[in-house]
Order: sequence, then C-alpha cells, then structure tokens
Amino acid sequence: MNQALRKLSKYRRHRFAGPALLIVALITLGTTFQVASALPGPSRMETTVQSTLIKEGKRIFNQGCSSCHGLNAEGSSIAPALIGVGAASVDFQVGTGRMPMADMSQQAMRKTPIYNAEQTAALAAYVASLAPGPDSINEAQIAFERDGNTAEGGQLFRTNCAMCHNFAGQGGALTRGKYAPTLMGVDAKYIYEAMITGPQSMPVFSDKTITPEEKLSIIKWIKAAENEPNLGGASLGRVGPVTEGLLVWTLGLGLLIGISVWLTAKAR
Amino acid sequence: MSNEIRKFEDPGLPAHVHRKTDTDPKAADRAERQVAILFVLSALSTVLAIYSYIFVKDDLFFFIPIMGDTNAHQLGLGLGMAFALLFIGLGLVHWAKTLMPDTEIIQERHEFRSPEEDRNDFVATVKEQAADAGLGRRSLIKRTLGLALGISALTPLVLLRDLGPLPKKDLETTSWKKGTRLVTDPGDRPIRPEDLEVGAVAQVLPELAVGQDRTLSDIGKDAVLLIRLRPSEFQLDAERLSWTHDGIIAFSKICSHMGCAVALYEQQTKHLLCPCHQSTFDVTRAAKVIFGPSARPLPQLAITVDAQGYLVAQQPFTESVGPSYWERSS
Amino acid sequence: MKKAEKIGGSVAGYIDDRTGAAKWLRKNLTKVFPDHWSFMLGEIVLYSFIILLLSGTFLTFWFDPSQRDVIYQGSYEPLQNIEMSASYASTLHISFDVRGGLLMRQIHHWAALIFMAGMIAHLMRVFFTGAFRKPREANWLIGVGLVTLGIVEGFLGYSLPDDLLSGTGIRIAEAIIQAMPVIGSYLAFFAFGGAFPGHVFIPRIFTVHVLLLPGIFLALITIHLMLVWYQKHTQYPGPGRSEKNVVGYPLMPIYMAKAGGFFFIVFGITALLGALASINPIWLYGPYNPGQISAGSQPDFYMGWLDGLVRMAPPIETHAFGHTVSWNILIPGLIIPGILFTLMALYPFIESWMTGDKKEHHLLDRPRNNPNRTAIGAMSLSFIIVVTLNGGNDIIATNFHLTINQIMWFTRIAVILVPPLVFVLTKRICLSLQRADREKVLHGRETGRLVMLPHGEFVEVHEELTAEEKFTLTQHEQPRALEVEQSDSNGVTNPNHLKQKLRARFSQAHVEQVPAPSEADVKALEEGGH
Repeated sequence: MNQALRKLSKYRRHRFAGPALLIVALITLGTTFQVASALPGPSRMETTVQSTLIKEGKRIFNQGCSSCHGLNAEGSSIAPALIGVGAASVDFQVGTGRMPMADMSQQAMRKTPIYNAEQTAALAAYVASLAPGPDSINEAQIAFERDGNTAEGGQLFRTNCAMCHNFAGQGGALTRGKYAPTLMGVDAKYIYEAMITGPQSMPVFSDKTITPEEKLSIIKWIKAAENEPNLGGASLGRVGPVTEGLLVWTLGLGLLIGISVWLTAKAR
Repeated sequence: MSNEIRKFEDPGLPAHVHRKTDTDPKAADRAERQVAILFVLSALSTVLAIYSYIFVKDDLFFFIPIMGDTNAHQLGLGLGMAFALLFIGLGLVHWAKTLMPDTEIIQERHEFRSPEEDRNDFVATVKEQAADAGLGRRSLIKRTLGLALGISALTPLVLLRDLGPLPKKDLETTSWKKGTRLVTDPGDRPIRPEDLEVGAVAQVLPELAVGQDRTLSDIGKDAVLLIRLRPSEFQLDAERLSWTHDGIIAFSKICSHMGCAVALYEQQTKHLLCPCHQSTFDVTRAAKVIFGPSARPLPQLAITVDAQGYLVAQQPFTESVGPSYWERSS
Repeated sequence: MKKAEKIGGSVAGYIDDRTGAAKWLRKNLTKVFPDHWSFMLGEIVLYSFIILLLSGTFLTFWFDPSQRDVIYQGSYEPLQNIEMSASYASTLHISFDVRGGLLMRQIHHWAALIFMAGMIAHLMRVFFTGAFRKPREANWLIGVGLVTLGIVEGFLGYSLPDDLLSGTGIRIAEAIIQAMPVIGSYLAFFAFGGAFPGHVFIPRIFTVHVLLLPGIFLALITIHLMLVWYQKHTQYPGPGRSEKNVVGYPLMPIYMAKAGGFFFIVFGITALLGALASINPIWLYGPYNPGQISAGSQPDFYMGWLDGLVRMAPPIETHAFGHTVSWNILIPGLIIPGILFTLMALYPFIESWMTGDKKEHHLLDRPRNNPNRTAIGAMSLSFIIVVTLNGGNDIIATNFHLTINQIMWFTRIAVILVPPLVFVLTKRICLSLQRADREKVLHGRETGRLVMLPHGEFVEVHEELTAEEKFTLTQHEQPRALEVEQSDSNGVTNPNHLKQKLRARFSQAHVEQVPAPSEADVKALEEGGH
C-alpha cells in the first residue's frame, strides 16, 4: 500500500489528478465491496490478494483511463467500452505503451509504457473483473520455441498475417492512414495477446480457427524472421521491389554514370 | 533574324593539349605502375573469391554496420568477384586514358542518299525484273500466291489450339455447393459459429471429400474470408442478411478487380482492403466498393449451419468470383 | 617478338586470302567514335545484357522450370517440409545449396534492373538530344521495341521462381489478359493451360524467357549496333564538329580499351550490388498460393508505372447484353500503355511532320535549343513519375505518414495537371537558358569581380567568351515555322485545311526560340557603345 501511495503521489500533479482523486474516493468506497464479493474466489487468501489488485487497478484506471473510456469503462464517443475485453487486451495495450494514448488523431503506437508491470497487472485485473474476457498471457505459457513449428507458422503467417504485416512482418499500409505495425522486436506474449484480442484495426483470431499451438508456430516463425541474418546482403528494409528500384537508380546507375564521366574525361 | 545572317565562325578543333604522361616519362612510368597495381589487385580479389568459395563456411555470419549480420561466404565470394572485375576495368580504362594516344581524329561523313543516277538505275532494274517474272501480267499467279501465303499462316495459329482447354463454365463455377462445410486454411478443420468471437476473421476453404486433392487452381477460386460482426452492424437487404449466420458473413477472398487475395480486414472500420490496388470494400454493406479501382462488390457466399452445428454453404456462389471477363453477365 | 609477328602475319594472311577482310578491317579499326559520358549509357545496357546471358546460363544449370508439387527438404529451415512447386524449390536450392548460387541470382536480378534503367536513361539521352532524327529513325524504332520486350522479359524473369510475390504478379497479368473483350478468357485459358494458375505456365514462360526473347534481343541488338556502326555515331556540337564530320578517338586501341574496360566495370558494379544488397529474397515471400498475399505487393520498378496506373483507375465496368467490359483494367492496363508506346515509337515521324524537317542530322541538339521537344520529353517523364509514385503508394504512405487515399487522390489529379504544367515550365526554362546563352555571347561571362569606375560607379567585370565557346553556343539551327497555304491561287480552300492549320500551329510551337546572336549583333552592340 505504501508503495502504491508513493506511485500515486507521482501522478498528483497530473491534470486529471483533482477530479480523479475525487472520483477515486467516491467510487472506491462505493464499488470495492461489490466487486470483491462478486468475484468467484477459490480461496479466501487469493480473493483478498485479487481484490486488492482490482482496487489498485480501479484507482489507476480512474486516474489515467476513465477520462476517455468512462468512469465504469463503459466507453465514450472517443474511446471504446472495455467491458469484456479481458485482461489480455489491457496487458497488450498498456504493456506495449499504446495506452494511454497521447494523441487521439493518430493510431495508437507502440512506445515506452507509462505503467510498470505491477500497475499494468492491476489495471488488467480491474478490467477483467468487469466481465469475462481473454486472460492475459505470461511468458511461461508461450513456450513457442518448444511447441511451435517454424515452417507451419510460416504457412499460417502468409495466410493470416502477411496481407497486413507484409511477408517478413515489417508492417504495411491500411486504409486512410491506418497501418499494420511492424512485428519486429515485439515480445512473444504481446503478439499472442494481439491475436486473441484484436487490438485497434486488427481482427481477432479465435483459438478454434487458429489453435493455440498454431499461434505458437506463428510466433516462432516471426521470431525466426526477426533473427534471420541477411543472407544476401543488406536487407533494404524487406519491403519488396520498391527499395530495390530506388537503389538501382541511385547507387547502381549513379556509380556507372560517375565512372562514365571519368572514363570520357580527358586525362591531364 | 534569318538564317542568312552570318553566324559565329567555327574556329576548328582546339589544339591538342599534351598530357603529363606524353611529355614526362616519369609520369608515364607512374601511370604504368598504377595500371599494374590495379591488375594485381584484381588478381588478389580473384584469390579472395576462390578462397571464400572453398574455405569460408556458408553459416558464418559477422556484423557490419548498416548491413547487419552478413554472410561471410557470400560477401567474400561476391566482393572478390566484384573487385576482380572492377580492377581489370579500371586498369584498362586508366591505361587507355593515360598511355594510349589521345589525339582526336576527324573523319568525314558522307550523305547516305545514293546519287540520283544510281537510284534511277535501281528503279529501272527492279521494274525490269518484275516484268521478267511476269508479276504485272500474270495476275492469277499473284492472287493465288497471296491466298496460299495468307492461309498458310493459319496453320501455326491452329497448332496453338491445344495450349489449353476452352473456358466453358470454368470461370463461373467453384467447389462450393449446397452443404459444403467451411474449413480452416490451413488446417482443414470445420468451424462452428461459436468458434468465432465478434471481430474475428477466419480464412476458409471448402471441405474436401475423402481422397480428393486441392489444387492451387481450386484455391484461386474457392478461397473465402469469414468475418463475424455484431448482427446489428449489418446494413444488408433481407436476402443478403439471410446469407449471413448470426453475424457471420462470408466473402470470396479473390478480388473482383484483378484476383489478388483481399484479406486485409480492419476490425474497427469493417473495411476490407486489397493490397494490390487498394480497392476497399465495406463489409457491413455486402462488400460494396468504397474506394479504389474495383467496380464490383466481392461475391458473398450464403452460409448457414448443418445438423452438427458446423458452418456450411447454403448454395454455390451466385456469381463468378474473381476478375471480370467478357462472358461475365453481371 | 619476331616469331610472334611472323605467326600472326601468316594467320592473318590465311584469313584474308579467303575473305578479303584486311581491307574492311583496316578501314574499320581506325573508325572514329566520339567520346561523351552520355554515350556510355547504351554500353551499360549492352554489357548488362551480356551479364544477363552469362549469369542466366549459370542459373539454368540448376533451375527446374516445373510446377510439379514437391516437398522442400533443402537447407532453409523455415520452409522445411512445405509443399511447393519444383521451380520454387529449385530456386531455393540455387540460393542455399549451390555455392555462389545466391550471388549469381542476385547478379542476374540486379543486372536486369540495370539493363532496364540503362535502357530508359539511354532512351532519354537519345530523345532529348534529337539523336533519333533522320537517318536514325529505324534505330529509334528498334530501341522502343527493345524497351517493350525488356519489360516483358523482366516480368517473365521474376515470375519464374513462382514465389508469393511473383505469383501475385502473374495473377494480375492473367486478369489483364482475361479482361480483353471477346477473346480474353480464351487467351487466358490457352496461356495457362486451363484455370489460373494451372501447372504449365512456368515451363512455358521459361522457354520464352531463356530462348525466344533473348534470341530476339540478340538479333535486334545486333542490327541496332550495325546501324550505329554504319551510320556513324552522332556527336555533340562544338568547335571543329559539323554535320559533315565525326570527331573522336579511333576504335583501336583507345576506344576498344575503354569499352572493354567499361564492360568489366559494369560487371564489377553489378557483382558489387549482388554481393552487398539483397534482391528478391524469395525465401521470405514463401511459395505461391492464390489464397495468400503480402502487404506492399509491388512489381519491379519498370512495371511500377503500370501498377500505379491500374491503382488510380476509376472503378468503371460496363455490363450490357450479357457481356462485361472492364474499363478499370483495359484503360490503364492496355489502352494507355498502347497509346504511350505507339506515340513514343512514332515520335521521330511526328516531329519531322510538325517541323517539315527532312534533312539528315548528325549533330546533336543541346536540349535547351529545342524547347518544344525537351518540354514534350519532360512532360512524358513527369507522367511516368507521377503514376510510378502511385505504384508505390503503400510504401510511401507508411514511410512518410501519409494515407494511401491521399496519395491516390493526389496522383489521380496530378496525372492530369502536372504533365501540362511541366510542359509549360520546361519550355520557359529552356527559353531562359537560351536567353542566358545569348547574354553570355553578347556580354561575356560574369566573373563576380567588381571594379570601381573613375566616377565612383561599381560595375562587374565581364569576361569575353573564347571563340570556341561562342561557336558552341550559337551554332544551332534557327528553324522557321512552316508556311501553310490556306487556299490555292484560285481561292479554293485546301481540302486538308484543318490538318495543315494544325501542322502550322505545331510548327510554330516547335520553332519558338530565342534568336542566337550573330557576329552582326556583337558589332551592333559595340557600335552602340558600352
């Protein structure tokens, strides 16, 4: 609690700090008990831990998220409802720094997360407590190195992912300025969570149509592509023939014309 | 201003300026050495190429700034070859530039037109020869020869006939029939409606009968994209709505423009985008084209569930899938 | 030395006894070739063609042009046990299991890009300098033919590996064939041996790619070079150079050494690219499957303009009497390219018709001295650049934070507005460059040195041009507009009235020039005092 307070104090100068505090005070009082009692608790001990986490999550939510997503995560004209999105969605969005969003005019981008792991877990617990949804993934659950098959993953990737994220996971353009981000350097668990939650423009890939094992294969293939050294020299961004054409007109023809000028110049 | 006004006179070819190598034997010797060094460098590069080919393992990588992890075998072989060639070329050119005579030479041009006399002679000869051959008089020969030559060109065309079968109904039909199950691609697992959450997509193909095989040509017509929305989000007429099942709608994945796989589904906007030419389709309005060059919506596949609760086609596609063609009726 | 000479002599004698080659060779070994860097562009193309033949032959030793299904068992781990066509598998085999195979594949592909880029650059040089004029129209036609065939040959080449990207390209080509009215679907079924993609297309285009088209290339290039040889090379204007002569270096030894050296240099640069930069990494694309696609599917650059045109086409199709005509494919895919290439091929004849110029030309134009032609060239180039930009709109969008919709609309409008604008601008620029030349001849070159006159005024010192420079800047022709007879002496209007009027209008546009100064102008200026 002490630690949480200290963290809280970090945000006290936040522009939403005033109203948020008021809201926290009112809502925590009103709902904590209700939520805690509504949770199916396997044991008293765990329930208590869980309810503390949820309480903490609720507190952070009210400070950082509620201005857009609504006080009860019911959504607003500018942000979707979060009831039923599940812990996985929160873990992905907050863990990759996409949420909270700085600039509403743009697509949420991957950036340094604002909340640390515990805070993210608390937020996830809170949102998960609102309605059931996909649970967040921990690293241990995705032993893609052990359970995945690279080649199969490649097949699945090309059928289900490459159309947006490009053949090598470099990302690509969508309509009206939206884009599919690059998959390079993304933690395996976030890739997994993205597949089961469908963040932003991305659709959901259900466990029945792409089984958890298949998802691990996809991740294994992405990681293989990410770690694949450049077999034929500089990769030119792995975006296809556009950069190749650019290089041939600049470096290729440029060098040749430069040498032509030297070749035809009179020696002194 | 007219052409007659005297222009500036041609001062003629500027006097030849001697190079250093022409006047200074030391400079010439230096140039010779430079050329020789280039040729030796070329030979060394060849050694590098052959060394890399034989001795450098192809799983050896090392890091180079900008290029990233680079294959040593490929790089050694490639650079060796490149520099072996480059240095020969540079040496030859340097040799030519510095040591070969560089005095410019003037050669005369002559008009290509033959003298009038020759031209007339030529015409006369041709006319004479034509007359000798009887081309003017024997018109029957001329015409039948023309006929024979013209018609003989048909044989090679006819010979090409067996390149392929006639299209017949092939462009109009797919493997989808009433009751064909939708199975995942890849994986071939049948799908129940409850397998798909709202916002989910699945790439599907028609289920294969036992012992049947799927060719790429089949996939090129049969590929279907399955999307689940909230039923309230549809803006469809009654018929098209009856082709959906519980918010699940199915479209041909083969673009109605040029046949690329249209599979970029944006969950929030419910738009489908083709990455080839950026035709954009609105899923909620039966894949109506809202942007780009495609002129037709993607064909919708009517779906329902069978007795086991798996998704199946209600009927075959009601129109041809894929790009347009002359015989297409709508 | 003595002995070698003797042997050489007797071999040469033997050959000459039987061919009489000595006379011909003696004349041609001293044949003069003018030197200029822009004359090397054609050589780049020739040499990359030879590189393509050599590297391509190497690749055929392992390439298996077949669409038979195989299970990949080679050394590239991420495709292990995947079902694919034999052509894709053998391309993987060349890349990973033949030493130097990947290097050769990359050299072959880079050489193809240099071949195309070099052809386009060479074509621009010939166009902007007017080298296509009489008597070289035939060589221009052959050149246009080579560019057209080059596009086809390149397309077939990158289609051969049967990877996901190239398969997508074939899919689009098939859609264009299929869209042709009346015969489309028949042609498509004949070409593919049935429904797309079938299993015969790769073997068929392999034969076309390695035998038929290279054969035609070889023939056309031979004629192209023989004509250059026979008609002698054009030259840039300058002191001592005229329509009646050719100034340069003799074939032997200097030109041969330079040209031979340049072959090695072009090969070296191509190998350098092959060693340093990855091209067409087919193992990342995966085998072709019509149900799969990658974001940013683009063709090679020389097809990019076509793809850009197809992307920007309006969504128009006609459905009538049970038939469909896809204007959205036909216009950008066949009609516009057809018109463009026809106009390009006919340009020498069009220009000659417009100007009424039937003379032989061996001196090249400086582009500024033919503003109308230069403007037409710049206009065409701007068209191609705009549509090519649209061909890469998705890559541009993601890299510059734009939207594909913005770029599409921008280029849809720009493709109509920019070319005329570029035409007008280029013409203005050419005319002001001519004016600048005139100023230089009349008043000398600005030196940037200021001198104070006795009464305190500062003037810049102008340095007079040399006689050589003055000649170079003023030697160009001052063509006059065609006079068109609107009616004959009896007052009867010429039946070709409209055509003639049009011709007169074109001719007028074509002769718009800043008059080149003559010696009389200089004299007048001197007498006027200053």
